[in-house]
Amino acid sequence: MVSRIKGISFSILTPEDVKSLAAVRIVTSDLYDVDGYPVEGGVMDPRLGVVDPGLHCRTCGAGIGDCPGHFGYLELAKPVVNILYTKAIYKMLKISCTKCGKILSKPEDKKASKELGRNPPSKCPHCGAEQGKIKFLKPNTFYEEKEELSPQEIRERFEAIPEDELKRVGFKGGRPESMILTLFPVSPVTTRPSITLESGEKSEDDLTHKLVDIVRINQSLRENIDIGAPDFIIKDLWELLQYHVTTYFDNELTGIPQARHRSGRPLKGMIQRMKGKEGRIRGNLLGKRVNFSARTVISPDPRISINEVGVPDVIAKELTIEVPVTKLSINHIKELIRSGKANYAKRPDGRRIKVTDDNKEELIENITSDWIIDRQLTDSDIVLFNRQPSLHRPSIMAHRVRVMPGKTFRISPQVCPPYNADFDGDEMNLHALQTEESRVEASELIDVKNNIISPRFGGPLIGLDLDQISGMYLLTHGDVKVSRKETANLFGRAGIDIDLPDGRKEFTGKEIFSLLLPRGLNMDFKANCCKQCDKCIGDACKFDSYVKIKDGHLLQGAIDSSAVGALKGKIISKLHGIVETEEIKNFIDNAGRLAVAFIARRGFSIGISDLDLPEETLVKVKKRVDLAEKHSNDLIEKYNAGEIRILPGMTKSESLESQILNVLAEGLNSVSEIVKENIKDSDILTMTNSGSKGSLINATQMAACVGQEAILGQRIKRGFFNRTLPHFRKGDLSAAGHGFVKNGFKQELSPTELFWNIMNGREGLMDKSLRTRKSGYMQRRLVNALQDLRVTTSLSVKNSNGEIVQFKAGEDGVDPAKVQWSDKE
Amino acid sequence: MLLGIRRLEGDCIVDITKHELVPKHEILKDAEKKAVLEKYGVTESQLPKIRSSDPVIEMIGAVPGQVIKITRKSQTAGEADYFRLVVK
Repeated sequence: MVSRIKGISFSILTPEDVKSLAAVRIVTSDLYDVDGYPVEGGVMDPRLGVVDPGLHCRTCGAGIGDCPGHFGYLELAKPVVNILYTKAIYKMLKISCTKCGKILSKPEDKKASKELGRNPPSKCPHCGAEQGKIKFLKPNTFYEEKEELSPQEIRERFEAIPEDELKRVGFKGGRPESMILTLFPVSPVTTRPSITLESGEKSEDDLTHKLVDIVRINQSLRENIDIGAPDFIIKDLWELLQYHVTTYFDNELTGIPQARHRSGRPLKGMIQRMKGKEGRIRGNLLGKRVNFSARTVISPDPRISINEVGVPDVIAKELTIEVPVTKLSINHIKELIRSGKANYAKRPDGRRIKVTDDNKEELIENITSDWIIDRQLTDSDIVLFNRQPSLHRPSIMAHRVRVMPGKTFRISPQVCPPYNADFDGDEMNLHALQTEESRVEASELIDVKNNIISPRFGGPLIGLDLDQISGMYLLTHGDVKVSRKETANLFGRAGIDIDLPDGRKEFTGKEIFSLLLPRGLNMDFKANCCKQCDKCIGDACKFDSYVKIKDGHLLQGAIDSSAVGALKGKIISKLHGIVETEEIKNFIDNAGRLAVAFIARRGFSIGISDLDLPEETLVKVKKRVDLAEKHSNDLIEKYNAGEIRILPGMTKSESLESQILNVLAEGLNSVSEIVKENIKDSDILTMTNSGSKGSLINATQMAACVGQEAILGQRIKRGFFNRTLPHFRKGDLSAAGHGFVKNGFKQELSPTELFWNIMNGREGLMDKSLRTRKSGYMQRRLVNALQDLRVTTSLSVKNSNGEIVQFKAGEDGVDPAKVQWSDKE
Repeated sequence: MLLGIRRLEGDCIVDITKHELVPKHEILKDAEKKAVLEKYGVTESQLPKIRSSDPVIEMIGAVPGQVIKITRKSQTAGEADYFRLVVK
């Protein structure tokens, strides 16, 4: 029976609806009899649907999965309000006449029912009856002039409202009396399956618990009415029934104590099932769990390619790819089955057979070219790889599988920037692609090698990092000479298959690097180690900081972060358009491995003594710091004398603070200069110069002076009354008392200085978490607003209705990923 | 009636189209309008809209159904053309 849905209308279930929907009348609160079988007429009645595998439904005859479940109904001894309609009930009570049931306005009066509800007349315009004032006491009681209205009375009133009067105020979707429940629909068991624990004990769903409560109280209420119990007992039971029905719908209402499980955990009501992140809407309909996926911790492997991913063998054995058996592939597939690399075989009749050691010979016998097998993941399969939060396109890229021992995904540290991954416990997801089409699409569009350039700013997302840059810098800076044998070793260790030019006994580091470059590459740029001279003399740079590449030969200059670094590498970006992406990928792989091979051979270490400064330099530093402190003291004196220079738009004390911050920052800058001039050459300098890690400021803070610690961009001022810490006098304005740290980390911080430093550290921590949360939400809203915009063939941007949003994408129609990139600006 | 500055008893006292923040608005001829719709493959209603009560539209006297070409300054492209359908 196929029919087409014309439309959907929403309305309130009437008691007649409830009855006609139901397959069972619920009469008892018992679930199971002594033998463990569900009781007929209980809320687990077998006619309510099947949840146990192998059984068939007593109502529709279908098995598990096919039977949708069937409602039951419970006759309530007394009506109760449906808590979800209290607002509508309140309004309806207010605008309808107590006596005749008509709406409290003349039909010709066009006054909106909204206004009517706010300010109902005290006299019925139809029958002239006086109207009592209706009050609503949350969550579920209604009063008319101090007199409580029972659900029964409310229901009777609503029944009296004529149909055309309802139409007049726009009450759609049935009768208002349906908002008071008389027949309670008991949801199918399929909506609340019970779980059988390992011990054989049955554990029921929250809703089942709730239904049992409702049925039980209903029974006892009915019995009490029948024996003519006193009113207060009946009222108590009625209220209890109302409570249970209410919490069945919504167990998070204010003013109603939450219904709890025996363990003390609040039960989940109907509303709780729908609501929120893990509710039905956001958790199950907008987002789903997926098959053919894996998740585990990531760890680095600098020896694999950027578009590979090391997959643990246990995962590779579990993830499968469907392959059809064909005349051409049958022998290969038989081999797969024989070696245990196929998990399932599917016969043409759709039956799935698990491949085991026992049946594989039989399968190999029987398999024909219309079978399909589920093959395990193997090397060079293409898979999608993802790290959350997926903030931009390169958060999901396609990698090639490399099956490895171990339990973590292995990725090249060079693909960390696009995923924003590190290895402090990050986990990533992997999805095995199931169709030929998806695999082709993935390899053409989202393979890592085709996503080296960021679609956001057009620069490289992927490049060398950390020791790779240090190594490259050490190799190419100045005239490093490497013997032929050592060069061959270097390439060997890096796993690069290359022919060294004949007849050379020795190679320079620049020549070695040049072997990785393609012919036809011509570039000129300033390296990261550039000293920023006042006047650049280009070619003649005596710091070897001016990089010159001609036809793929590095003639001069050191290769550092601005040449090959992630997010900066000029060479990487320039290679686009000269060679294929495959070769760029190889260049990044090879350069990284070569650099690591070199730095491993040379050795690389830093220590605290690298930050030793000569005695006279330390004296100089101390002098400069003292001078800065003196300047700030001078300012404080001026301030106290009322002679402080007042800056535009600031109060006196603000001007003081600002000027103190300035003189102290100035002091730290000069200290930085002193450190820069006098620090000895070491691997720390290698790192700062090449841009692999750290900066001059880090070095200064360690070697000489930490400087001002700030909270919210201000000197530290919170703490005790009129002072920051008890170590200072009240009203003290000095630098030392407000977060200035004059020592370097390598000397020692005084107790107060350490305190400032920790305060600053804590602020940084808080800031980070607050910022990510806020920006995450902003991003989410932006994505939701923009998600269905697309760039069409005419370069215009349209939404899903074909309406034009922008006539040319970005107004200039330029794709940043496809234009020559420069890091200027 | 922007604070009475734009018009005073029906007369313009300030020509807002001359203001530096108001981009150039032109009425497209029927043929031009057709070309625009064709170029972007859209129907009239899929174009961005502009009220006929918009000060500039009143000023240049465009009527509903006409398409206006707006030449805006653009950070990326220098100048960018926009087209808007005059409605109501």
